[in-house]
Amino acid sequence: MKQFDYLRPATVAEAVAAAAQPGAVYLAAGTNLLDLMKGGVSRPDRLVDVTHLDGLDQIERLADGSVRIGALMRNADLAHDADFAKSYPAVAEALLSGASAQLRNAATVGGNLLQRTRCAYFYDTASRCNKREVGGGCDARGGENRTHAVLGWSENCIATNPSDFCVPLVALDAVVEIEGRNGRREITLDALHRLPGDTPERDTALEPGDLIVAVRLPPAARGFAGHARYLKVRDRTSYAFAIVSASAALRIENGTIAEARLALGGVAAKPWRARAAEDVLRGVAPTADAFQEAAWRALSDAKPSGDNVFKIELARRIVVRALTLAAAGTPARIPALPASPFASTSGAIHV
Amino acid sequence: MNHSISLTVNGARRDFVLDDPRVTLLDLLRERLDLTGTKKGCDRGQCGACTILVDGKRINSCLALAVSHDGADILTIEGVARGDQLHPVQAAFIAHDGFQCGFCTPGQIMSAIGMMQEAQAGNDPERIRECMSGNLCRCGAYAGIVDAVLEAQAGMDESNQRRSA
Repeated sequence: MKQFDYLRPATVAEAVAAAAQPGAVYLAAGTNLLDLMKGGVSRPDRLVDVTHLDGLDQIERLADGSVRIGALMRNADLAHDADFAKSYPAVAEALLSGASAQLRNAATVGGNLLQRTRCAYFYDTASRCNKREVGGGCDARGGENRTHAVLGWSENCIATNPSDFCVPLVALDAVVEIEGRNGRREITLDALHRLPGDTPERDTALEPGDLIVAVRLPPAARGFAGHARYLKVRDRTSYAFAIVSASAALRIENGTIAEARLALGGVAAKPWRARAAEDVLRGVAPTADAFQEAAWRALSDAKPSGDNVFKIELARRIVVRALTLAAAGTPARIPALPASPFASTSGAIHV
Repeated sequence: MNHSISLTVNGARRDFVLDDPRVTLLDLLRERLDLTGTKKGCDRGQCGACTILVDGKRINSCLALAVSHDGADILTIEGVARGDQLHPVQAAFIAHDGFQCGFCTPGQIMSAIGMMQEAQAGNDPERIRECMSGNLCRCGAYAGIVDAVLEAQAGMDESNQRRSA
């Protein structure tokens, strides 16, 4: 690991000033960053440790009915907050389906949003990678790419975003609060992650020094609590990244879908909101035919980036299954194997 | 630049001066304190052999910078027994052959202790397997590990009932 300077700022303003310098990165838990640094993939000159900043690890219920999650809250603490899990069950299920218990205990909310792709060629410094090195080339295009993107990819990069957490968050219109050199601003989570285009080296819309301080879910997000699921297909049942995942959330009134939310994971460089699919579900009955139609809409622009044409059909089926499970109602307990298509009925304490 | 930190390790306060911020908690425990029970397996957060409790929560010590954990309360495998009296999870691993070569065992035991404190698995073997999935065992002693955790969990439930009765 390359040598670096370590700074521990006392305030958010100090942190932003320190991290705006070239070569500086923020350190939260480090569960992704240290791994990248050990492999020489990330080589920062300066680590700005934000873990000792006060007041960023709280969950707040705001008067308008939204919830504000501090960026330093640990993934496990959020998933196990009983009130949060009851109000946003798909978010809790997604969190508990990610990584391992050890990693969830350490990893933070802000860190989850900013985790890098798991593309093996990005990790292997002997391979060419446009994301790691501007203009370096891409060995994933002609390499082992069965897990790579089927939506939104470019000739320059076919990597996917690995987050589970972001998938229900983007479906529920999450907003990201950012402290930067010019003060506080906010953007939608949908606008945080970028598609690769000609600049795959830029994962997000963040500028130097920008610090994610909170993630907010708007008041309407609670309205889906009764019909919200996250479903994830992996190469093994636990402790693996998604090949394909989907979060489905429905608001059902008098047997009709009043509003639908749908997002996919593991298919693109960002959590993929499927708005065209949501549109066809509005005002119709929650039937198998409607869900099939939604699945076709969700994947209508999909194309394989390599040996991964199977992911398109797999994604359609996961969309149908996630919508079917959501329509059946959020279970009282998160399944024993969170988000798994193979989960049996017994579950973890949830509400 | 040197960084001074203090930790509580297995109940004792320890002060360190770090002349290099790259030191992980794992390397600090093994190299500076000779607490080699915490194992370095993959060193990349994938195998769980380095699992310790920090402020009561299980984490991978290989992905934790020591300099960032100033003030933390750390429990390692060396700190779980009371003298010659094994921790109930340790005793259960012996009773159920929860290991073969033993390399992953300290991490398995620390993870099981952390899991029982999290109270998310109960006595459901499927939940235990899910909640222990961050600890790999190349010998494949998983069946014995699940049995050991089930017994330790049952013992804890029993003693909690006795205490509340």
